[in-house]
Amino acid sequence: MYGKGLRALSLATFAALTATFALVFFYAPLDVDQGFIQKIFYVHVPVAIVTLCAYVLGAVFAALHLKTRDRKWDLRSYVVIHIALIFNVLGLLTGAIWAKASWGHWWVWDEPTLVSYLIVFLLFATYQPLRFSIEDPERQARYASVFAIMAGAFVPLNFIAVRAATAYVHPRVLATSEGGMPGQMAFTFLIAIVAMTLLFALLCSYEIASKQTKWQLRALRRRLLGSDAVAPLGRSAAPALGEPGGRSTGSSTRPARNPAEAAS
Amino acid sequence: MRPSVALLRKDLLLERRSPEAIPAMLLFSVITFVLFHFGLGRDEVSGQLAAGVLTVTILFAAILGINRLFVSEQEEGGFDGVLLAPIDRTALFVAKATALFVFLTLVEIVTVTAFAILLLGPSPFPALPGLIIVLGLLNLALAVVGALVSALAIRTRARDLIVPIVALPLLTPALIAAARGTAPLFAAAGAESLPTKWLAVLALYDLVFGLLAYAVFDFLLED
Repeated sequence: MYGKGLRALSLATFAALTATFALVFFYAPLDVDQGFIQKIFYVHVPVAIVTLCAYVLGAVFAALHLKTRDRKWDLRSYVVIHIALIFNVLGLLTGAIWAKASWGHWWVWDEPTLVSYLIVFLLFATYQPLRFSIEDPERQARYASVFAIMAGAFVPLNFIAVRAATAYVHPRVLATSEGGMPGQMAFTFLIAIVAMTLLFALLCSYEIASKQTKWQLRALRRRLLGSDAVAPLGRSAAPALGEPGGRSTGSSTRPARNPAEAAS
Repeated sequence: MRPSVALLRKDLLLERRSPEAIPAMLLFSVITFVLFHFGLGRDEVSGQLAAGVLTVTILFAAILGINRLFVSEQEEGGFDGVLLAPIDRTALFVAKATALFVFLTLVEIVTVTAFAILLLGPSPFPALPGLIIVLGLLNLALAVVGALVSALAIRTRARDLIVPIVALPLLTPALIAAARGTAPLFAAAGAESLPTKWLAVLALYDLVFGLLAYAVFDFLLED
């Protein structure tokens, strides 16, 4: 019952990714200066853009959670930030490879995009330690949302500060896409962004579906076997949606918390 | 406004009767200058290096204060008092941020003097007016973000760990702006004028995070 439309989304993502790689290897022209290595651009830049947008999206979901008190927004915010962190690591790695190939160093401080990307990573990497050091699941969701909102607002501000502090070395791909990027490159880049966005959405949908299925299974097992037979969720068990998880007393099967109760 | 003033008076009185945060921050910053002297192998510093040493020291000293900010509330039931009283909950945020601002200002009076004596190469007096402006804006950033992070971390199991790992990345833009902004003041050839670009970045940071923290603080005090 969960994961509606997952198959269609999976197929679309697969098709888009295949199209992207085909275009990257067979259609997009070779860069005059950088040669073949420039093609990592079609992975690195879309991944980075999707990461930053996803962090802001996580903040929006967190704000919706605080506003509506609906735990599903907290789950979405958590999953979006989780997958964005993975994309962030991927973006840092591809960025370092590209920097090594085109500038000769694994890390270049003169480059605001890469530096602010690292700072954003270091900030969002604290989301999970913060979240899972709070025991009460309801408070955990609330505090994590507050953090996500602050961190989401931090993304553009940080970019402004770092960019003002550094000389420009990084290719300004978007600023020059009119004059600088040939049409074939721009087209490939566009398809690559679509593919990465689809991949991100797909991974998020999978994680949400997996968590919902797991909770439903847990609820069913509790009902069948009694609450003592099912081990309590550990601290590291992502946000609870239907049932209050955490270190519950386990003396009786507690009813699922409804939104109205949580809001009071 | 009055609840904030009352809460602020309580904090300042508490710190005066049993000084805790301020002496710790002071000793920490002076020993950090000594460590920088040996770590950098320099007798005097100037320019960007001096600005970096001063601002990073202040940032790390502030972390000590941020760690302690809500401890009395947590341990002595101050949160319950605020929740039971018929006042706006953000009054606590305003009071705590102001208290942290006052602590930092007091600490910096001594820290900057110690820095000028121990490490700074050029004369500190021409730099003073500009330094007061930059440090004032930096203190505002530290106070606003510090009060929020402190409230965020106080109910966690590992608050001493959570505060630095959350606060340091969050304060990076403020540190960049403050360090770059103070660098011309400490120039070896004599103080240059204050770069308005960095003041604008710091002011923007203060404004955005001040408003955001004010808006979301309510949600940290619900139970």
